Amino acid sequence: MAANVHSQSLGKKSKRKQALSTLIVYLILGLLLLIIAAPIIFAFLKSTQTSQQVLQYPPLLTIEKNMKANFKAAWSQYGLNQMMVNSAFIAVIGATGKIITALLGALAFVYFDFPAKNFWFFFVLLTLMLPIPVIIVPLFNVMAGFKWVNTYWAVTVPYFASATGIFLFQQHFMSIPPSIVDAARMDGIGPIGFLTKILVPMSANVVGAMVVIQFIYLWNEYLWPLIVIVEPHRQVVQVGLKVLSGGGAQGVTNWGVVMAGALIVALPPLVILIVLHEYFMAGVGLADEK
Amino acid sequence: MDSKFPGKVLPYIFLLPTIIVCGMFIYYPAAMTFRASMYQSLFFGAREKFVGFQNFTRLFTSPDYLRSLRITIFFAILVVAIGLSLSFMIAVLLNRKLRAAKALRISLVWPYALSPAVAGTIWLFLFNPHSGLVNYFLDTVANIKPDWFSNPKLALTMLVVTAVWNNFGYNLVFFLAGLQNISDSFVEAAEVDGAGFWVQLRHIIIPLISPTTFFLLVININYAFFDTVGMVDVMTKGGPANATNLLIYQLYKDGFQNFNSGLAAAQSLILFLFVVGLTLVQFRTTGRMVHYGG
Repeated sequence: MAANVHSQSLGKKSKRKQALSTLIVYLILGLLLLIIAAPIIFAFLKSTQTSQQVLQYPPLLTIEKNMKANFKAAWSQYGLNQMMVNSAFIAVIGATGKIITALLGALAFVYFDFPAKNFWFFFVLLTLMLPIPVIIVPLFNVMAGFKWVNTYWAVTVPYFASATGIFLFQQHFMSIPPSIVDAARMDGIGPIGFLTKILVPMSANVVGAMVVIQFIYLWNEYLWPLIVIVEPHRQVVQVGLKVLSGGGAQGVTNWGVVMAGALIVALPPLVILIVLHEYFMAGVGLADEK
Repeated sequence: MDSKFPGKVLPYIFLLPTIIVCGMFIYYPAAMTFRASMYQSLFFGAREKFVGFQNFTRLFTSPDYLRSLRITIFFAILVVAIGLSLSFMIAVLLNRKLRAAKALRISLVWPYALSPAVAGTIWLFLFNPHSGLVNYFLDTVANIKPDWFSNPKLALTMLVVTAVWNNFGYNLVFFLAGLQNISDSFVEAAEVDGAGFWVQLRHIIIPLISPTTFFLLVININYAFFDTVGMVDVMTKGGPANATNLLIYQLYKDGFQNFNSGLAAAQSLILFLFVVGLTLVQFRTTGRMVHYGG
């Protein structure tokens, strides 16, 4: 089904021309993949070099023997280990909370009739216009009022609502044939049983996409934890990474350790994306088959 | 049977967590932002005084804030213009049946998983004037080694490059998907009429891909306005001489370093206006996305 612009003109072209153009496309593609990956490759090479080797000019672009020491320094000496645990905890709890509340919300919107339904739908949808930076100063004051500053409550509970999630699940639930609900009701299955036994298994793609989107979103949050978490050992790893680079271009920054740190921080969301990428593509409407 | 479950209370119980979180942690602070924008905080926030619209007049008469506004809009335009045109051109080039199309998608889209802070950290070293790869390349090709961190224009360029890289694969994958959805019959009809590649591009491909373009426009502007705070904090801290002081970074500094919450709240409301505008575009275009989505 994949339509494209060029295929139908191929009949007119000679086979040699066609092969040549395919070759060119693959060359461009290869170059492109290399350019996109170059920063990560560079970071990896540098993470294997000693503090002298990283600063050599022209840049030394080989794998050296200092990898273990660099990763160890980033991991334990600069405290990334504790912050990785913090970030993992926050991202897992936050994403789980978002997905559960979104499933329950979509269940209410699609499978129930209740007063003021449209009002509440817009109530949820309009939160899309209020990202955290727009409300950040009073939100901090709310946290102070709850005595939640410098706690994990502050970096999880405010995320336990997802307009995107409710919207994605709602769209998907509406595409499920109503006869399935009727059959479930005949069998005497209640709403919660219907959600867990029928809807969730039928929504694997959307749940998978939500796991990817929300885990990456929460893992990568920067501004809110920077403000609301005070003690370094409770901080998230995104903010912690700044401690390694010293926040500047000059100084005695050990770039081998910094690059090792950047790779450590990048790894969890990358693994989630790569493992679940088919769900992600389907969930954001990029896959050919549903 | 109407395929609904009975009960008027149960749906509210299901919605309750969402309603509570939205109310307490989004709408209440949003209302308080309006209020706070009318007050000036004194003694590092210990007391406050009603000042009406003074925070806004102060912002719009402050050369620093106006400069930050200009820089942010300029930055967003560059990120969008360069990022989208580059990814669109490459998408057109790559738009054909390729083997391993699925593997190709993931090998393009992965930088989406990297935070602006991680991207910023890696590019911070790539742009290192003495031992970074960028200057080695420029030195080899053009015999120059600019200092990216002390020149205002270069510092902003550096952020643009990092932001474009961070979003490039994501943009490209969406453009490719959009191109694949353009029906063969349009293109065939054009070919029968003898339309060449450029005519096809202008009159068929660009109009038909516009829902994707609008969608990516919103995503990229949003990124440029809000997600870049980690990148700026890691790479430039708003310097040199406030040349990369994007609005979101200025808001962070005024609210949480200078503890001027009234001024920060006024800045939040200005950002809110940008979001409202963007959301209107998004609602309009997602409606069209549904129409086109195969």
